[in-house]
Amino acid sequence: MSHPKTLFQKVWERHEVVAETADTPAVLYIDLHLIHEVTTPQAFSELRERGLRLRRTDLTLATMDHSTPTRTEQIFGNAPITIESAAQQIHALEVNCAEFGVDLLGLKSDLRGIVHVIGPELGATQPGKTIVCGDSHTSTHGAFGALAFGIGTTEVGHVFATQCLLQRKPKTMAINVKGRLRPGVTAKDLILAIIGKIGVSGGTGYVLEYRGEAISALNMDERMTVCNMSIEAGARAGMVAPDETTYAYLKGRPRAPQGADWERALAEWRALPTDAGAVFDREVELDAAEIEPMITYGTHPGMVVPISGHVPTRANDPVFDKALAYMGLTAGQAISGHPVDVVFIGSCTNSRLSDLRAAAGVLKGRKVASGVQLLIVPGSQQIKKAAEAEGLDRIFLDAGAQWRESGCSMCLGMNGDLVEKGKYSVSTSNRNFEGRQGVGARTLLASPITAAASAIRGRITDPREVL
Amino acid sequence: MEAIRKIVARTAVLPSTDIDTDQIIPARFLRTTTRLGLGKQLFADWRYAADGSDRADFVLNQPQSKGCKVLVGGRNFGCGSSREHAPWALLDYGFLAVISTEIADIFRSNSLKNGLLPIVVDEATHAWLLANPGAEVQVDLESTTLTLPDGRTVRFPIEPFARVCLLNGVDQLGYLLGKNAEISAYEQSHWRVRA
Ligand code: SF4
Repeated sequence: MSHPKTLFQKVWERHEVVAETADTPAVLYIDLHLIHEVTTPQAFSELRERGLRLRRTDLTLATMDHSTPTRTEQIFGNAPITIESAAQQIHALEVNCAEFGVDLLGLKSDLRGIVHVIGPELGATQPGKTIVCGDSHTSTHGAFGALAFGIGTTEVGHVFATQCLLQRKPKTMAINVKGRLRPGVTAKDLILAIIGKIGVSGGTGYVLEYRGEAISALNMDERMTVCNMSIEAGARAGMVAPDETTYAYLKGRPRAPQGADWERALAEWRALPTDAGAVFDREVELDAAEIEPMITYGTHPGMVVPISGHVPTRANDPVFDKALAYMGLTAGQAISGHPVDVVFIGSCTNSRLSDLRAAAGVLKGRKVASGVQLLIVPGSQQIKKAAEAEGLDRIFLDAGAQWRESGCSMCLGMNGDLVEKGKYSVSTSNRNFEGRQGVGARTLLASPITAAASAIRGRITDPREVL
Repeated sequence: MEAIRKIVARTAVLPSTDIDTDQIIPARFLRTTTRLGLGKQLFADWRYAADGSDRADFVLNQPQSKGCKVLVGGRNFGCGSSREHAPWALLDYGFLAVISTEIADIFRSNSLKNGLLPIVVDEATHAWLLANPGAEVQVDLESTTLTLPDGRTVRFPIEPFARVCLLNGVDQLGYLLGKNAEISAYEQSHWRVRA
């Protein structure tokens, strides 16, 4: 038998057009290139300036999500897009896709959505593929056993022109999670706990593989939530080995293989999981049963505590003090019970149907606390439709929430959905950096049920109190 | 891209750890379709007050930072979003190199592709640089060394291919386009159409 290999090694080796040497990086073939309006205009300009064509339009898929409005009237009505620069960017993507022959799920498409939500939803994201996008949360697609990572705009241009990237082979890290998550504890809490453990740069230079009983027990939405935030631990990619859960999710999706192709693909996919005896460069162990609902208190996702916990105390750490000052929190204070102004349920981390159902489970028959704004933004138009078909929108609206068209929205506030200066936002997104949701906004990252529970109480609330 | 060999310049110091690309250039400035002119928005939320005036307490607004071309940042510089606007903004502002003990992967890769040198140094060198803002340092890409004003010289790691490209002003896309025969062969032999 040949040398035991990890999932990552298998996917990597299948895509080496030219192997790396001491002097030169590998030329790595890319199976799927997802693009959006923000990180592509300069790459299209580069093609134009050099007189190049886009090599594989059939492997390129475009959508708009980042600076795209979520107001129905701006998408389907005649209301103009409020932010002119956003409108220009959207227009530029339309022009560029038309000129270079790229399939665009545009503003009014019922298949549009956040790029990392629609790839899997359409079945374009598949085990064993290499997937890139000019967006760091491309790591999401690793939930299917793909090697998926974010790239810069220059590299977007490289993929446009050659369908390849110059890459050094990263190291591998196994994140072994034994046990089972307890009720009220979600995949979001799990990944926040992992980041809390390894730190925001702990994964730098590595591809993570999430393994163990707790990971196998997750459904695909949950695995995507976990892989999504790999970048928040510094890792460009996170992966989960494909299994029956993966195949059941993909079967019948429009861009998944069909008929005889499906059987052939399945046989290939089954050979992907890490071989027994394969060696990782580093291994980390966690017990899922010990994890509580988690919430961040600082200005990066590694500043995180169990919701029943307190803001930690650190002596002589000016950077830590600065973060707390930005957040308006004090070392040692309980995090639960702190007042909340805004709650955002959305983003490529937690905007899928199961997230919305979980939030609806908390919100049903209840009202958002007075003075609190609850914004719920589905990850895609298809999710929006599915949620409406089962009446989730009614639950949200009756509770006093706003229900919008899909997009990144308040995750990064590029489209004008912003948190005001000094306000506290419990958000299901992935980054609590200073100003991420608006200048001076104070973001606390948590799961959809923690967010929903906090919305109805108007203060940070352990979801287990309301379930 | 122009060839880079040596940088001799003074440092500006931002000691914060985990300086993410949302700080380097906030998202609202990414609604642009060119890569030019982003220097004005570099560190915008730290640099400008709400009324648009300069904040005196921000280091880049202080007189000693004028003309500094090397930025020393705290550990884990450039984490977060993949926006290449971050190195574009730093370069447009006038920085030629960034020094830290750890530099995030995507930011480092984006920087190398634009001629901004990401320089990773040991804790002791870093501590000295943090404590001595305005020091004139020498970065030599040929020997991959950083020299402090007292003559102390340390090596820094840099991906060898990126180094050669920077030294010779070679553009990586040109190199990749030169692999066309290999790419076509790969497409024919390995790659099956998955609809
Ligand atoms: S939802 Fe947020 S993290 Fe995800 S792609 Fe959009 S902006 Fe990036």
